[in-house]
Amino acid sequence: MKRLQFLLTRVAQGLLALLLIATVNFMLVHAAPGDPVSVMAGEAGASDAQFVAQLRHEFGLDQPLSTQLGRYLSHVAQLDLGFSYRQQQPVVKLIVDRLPATLLLTATAFGLSLLFGVGLGALASRKAGSWLDSAITVVALVFYATPLYWLAMMAVLVFTVKLDWLPGFGYSSVGAGLHGWALVLDVAQHLLMPALTLALFYMAVYARMTRAAMLEVAQMDFIKTARAKGVSPGRIQRHHVLRNALLPVVTLAGIQAGGMIGGAVLTETVFAWPGIGRLMFDALLQRDYNLLLGCFLVTAAMAVLFNLLTDLVYTLVDPRIELS
Amino acid sequence: MKRRRLIQMGATGLGATIAGVPLQLLAQAKPGGTINALVQPEPPSLMMGITQNGPVQLIAGNIYEGLLRYDEKLNPQPLLATSWVTSKDGLTTTFKLKPGVKWHDGKPFSAADVVFSVDVFLRKTHARLRASLEAVDSIKALDPLTVEFKLKYPFGPFMGLFEAGTMPMVPKHLYEGTDFLTNPANATPIGTGPLKFKEWVKGSYIQLVANTQYHQPGVPGIEAVYFHVIPDAAARAAAFESGKVDIAPGGAVEYFDVARLAKLPGVSVTTKGWEFFSPHSWLWLNNRKAPMNNLKFRQALMHAIDREAMAKVAWHGFAKPATGPFNSNIKYYSADTAKYPRDLVKAKKLLAESGYKGEPLRLLPLPYGESWQRQAEMVRQALGQIGVKVELQATDVAGWNQKLNDWDYDIAFTYVYQYGDPALGVSRNYTSTSIAKGSPFNNVEGYVNTRVDALFAAGARAIDPESRRKAYLEVQQILVDEVPVAWLHEINFPTLYRSKVKNPISSGIGLNDSLARASIS
Repeated sequence: MKRLQFLLTRVAQGLLALLLIATVNFMLVHAAPGDPVSVMAGEAGASDAQFVAQLRHEFGLDQPLSTQLGRYLSHVAQLDLGFSYRQQQPVVKLIVDRLPATLLLTATAFGLSLLFGVGLGALASRKAGSWLDSAITVVALVFYATPLYWLAMMAVLVFTVKLDWLPGFGYSSVGAGLHGWALVLDVAQHLLMPALTLALFYMAVYARMTRAAMLEVAQMDFIKTARAKGVSPGRIQRHHVLRNALLPVVTLAGIQAGGMIGGAVLTETVFAWPGIGRLMFDALLQRDYNLLLGCFLVTAAMAVLFNLLTDLVYTLVDPRIELS
Repeated sequence: MKRRRLIQMGATGLGATIAGVPLQLLAQAKPGGTINALVQPEPPSLMMGITQNGPVQLIAGNIYEGLLRYDEKLNPQPLLATSWVTSKDGLTTTFKLKPGVKWHDGKPFSAADVVFSVDVFLRKTHARLRASLEAVDSIKALDPLTVEFKLKYPFGPFMGLFEAGTMPMVPKHLYEGTDFLTNPANATPIGTGPLKFKEWVKGSYIQLVANTQYHQPGVPGIEAVYFHVIPDAAARAAAFESGKVDIAPGGAVEYFDVARLAKLPGVSVTTKGWEFFSPHSWLWLNNRKAPMNNLKFRQALMHAIDREAMAKVAWHGFAKPATGPFNSNIKYYSADTAKYPRDLVKAKKLLAESGYKGEPLRLLPLPYGESWQRQAEMVRQALGQIGVKVELQATDVAGWNQKLNDWDYDIAFTYVYQYGDPALGVSRNYTSTSIAKGSPFNNVEGYVNTRVDALFAAGARAIDPESRRKAYLEVQQILVDEVPVAWLHEINFPTLYRSKVKNPISSGIGLNDSLARASIS
């Protein structure tokens, strides 16, 4: 009962937040210089007043801004994200088309970074002070500090251009006509570099965080008690230390997961991965208002959703935490 | 089947040609094969009657066709029209259409399609053509294979209007009576061209395949073309370097990469295929404001800027200094104009006489990559040397357009296509009738000179080349004396391609209508 009430309150708060976000986004996007018509006219290499007026009218940009905002919000309330005039398709369709590619990339990166990050962190804390600990810390620090863009470009230069081991761009081999397992393998090959590149930063963060938290927990009295009771060291590490050290990791994982849709712009750009991040970035440059706002809204909704999920996961990791 | 037999015959018959390509060449080439090309940015749509930006023309120029093609000297060549006759007074031109041409959906192409395309469809959707159609009084189908254009007054550049990007033929049976902009047929473009639309995976690639029913034997010489969408310039260079991509069109990779990639084994580079567009760059000088409204100040800028160094450093040699408003590729260009060599002493003297007080000026770079950013820095440095303070303004494409549309700038970079004829691509930047907010391609600088107006009008309406030449010579001399804008370069966009691709460029619009005529050895 208490849990249900908590959920309902949070969902209501989330919806209110989304409404505010949609409004602010709308104002911000329209405050940027230029509009989709000026971009399209500019690209055409020629334009005249008739061309511009015709497009503005068709896109509804000749209406007062308040009217446009009202119309946009009422459409959003009906789960209608509008129409991308530039691409001549409904925004929802454009986003849904790109969603699988982005989720595949970000979920793989999420899994990899969590698995290896926590694993390496736990290993380092267990061997604290050893050469292995130092090695893990140094590597984590390097990945933490290296710009993603540079790392991605270097990966392409080494593994695609020089060694020719992995494909450097795209989602699968174009025109190969693969099916079944051959296709899965092909996509996996294309996925490897972008997913690893995207995973490295968070992997480094998780590793450092897990190591620090585990070392801290290991000093606590209840660990001594467990040891005194004769619990095996491995079990203490897994059940007593790691579990209690996971809370900060969960917090950060919630943030990473919330950014799963919109957080891979750079990686998608360098590896020409046909995901939402690129859709959003192109929409920004082209002032494709509806599409841009749609991407922002979906991204914001993901963030709100994963915030809520994170709070729920807290109670699982640490039953002492109550929802209220 | 038929094509293969023709090719075999050609291999034995010495000297025979099809469409100017020696048959032996076709015989050596494998009929088939796939070309992988880059496209940047991803086009908004492929319906060329509605959108004509660079990427759209690059791809859709293979799907749609105009009545004519143009060679590298911009002479008209037959395509959908096989012959044409112009009356003595220059007011009536009659085109004979090629018989047996079919749209990709199998319907026959006829004179009715031409009339519909030009008079109904493009008049509504094509801003650049609309301006030229002002001169056209009527377009009539005399019979299914004959079209007659009647002009209101003689129009010099008329015979230059018929390439695919300027006047693409669109299918009447799919568009008549519909809302052109929202017609669902726009998603699956139907043309008469040598390649057909096959598939578009948004964000990944666009696939075109051979039109086996094409109206010219021996074409297409290839089976399919993939246009890959790779948003990052460095990643595009890597894709070309790794061999996954065969063709990098002009502007697809940064110029420092062009120089490097061109040296790889099995790679060729050419600057051909841009003759029709003749990209020409300059600095807009806002003539409405001080100090840009002062002739001496503008001349001082011309003497201060180091065009040679910019061509060498920023363009890596793929540009040459412009001598004035006309690109040397377009008709009636003359080098017989005043010269502005780099001369800092003279520039400082002119600057002092102009009464410039040291107020800082805003410089708007073009947000199209490294070359433009470097040029902006070089201009700032050059102007700093004569004592003109310049602040660079950061902007993106939309912001750049908006600022020029609203005349909200002091000095701004641009480059413009000149479309082969001064009446199409030059006069719009200098005549007082082309001053209007809302376009970055008209007389954005606000220059007014009635003599220039009169000369451009005379040049456009004269029929005989000699009187056109005279008018355009005088207008070039006046403009170069008065420096309404500071001309920078004739840009030669380099196309990088694998040498195994033979004959990738065979017209004045380059890759836009040549790819299907290429072959792979």
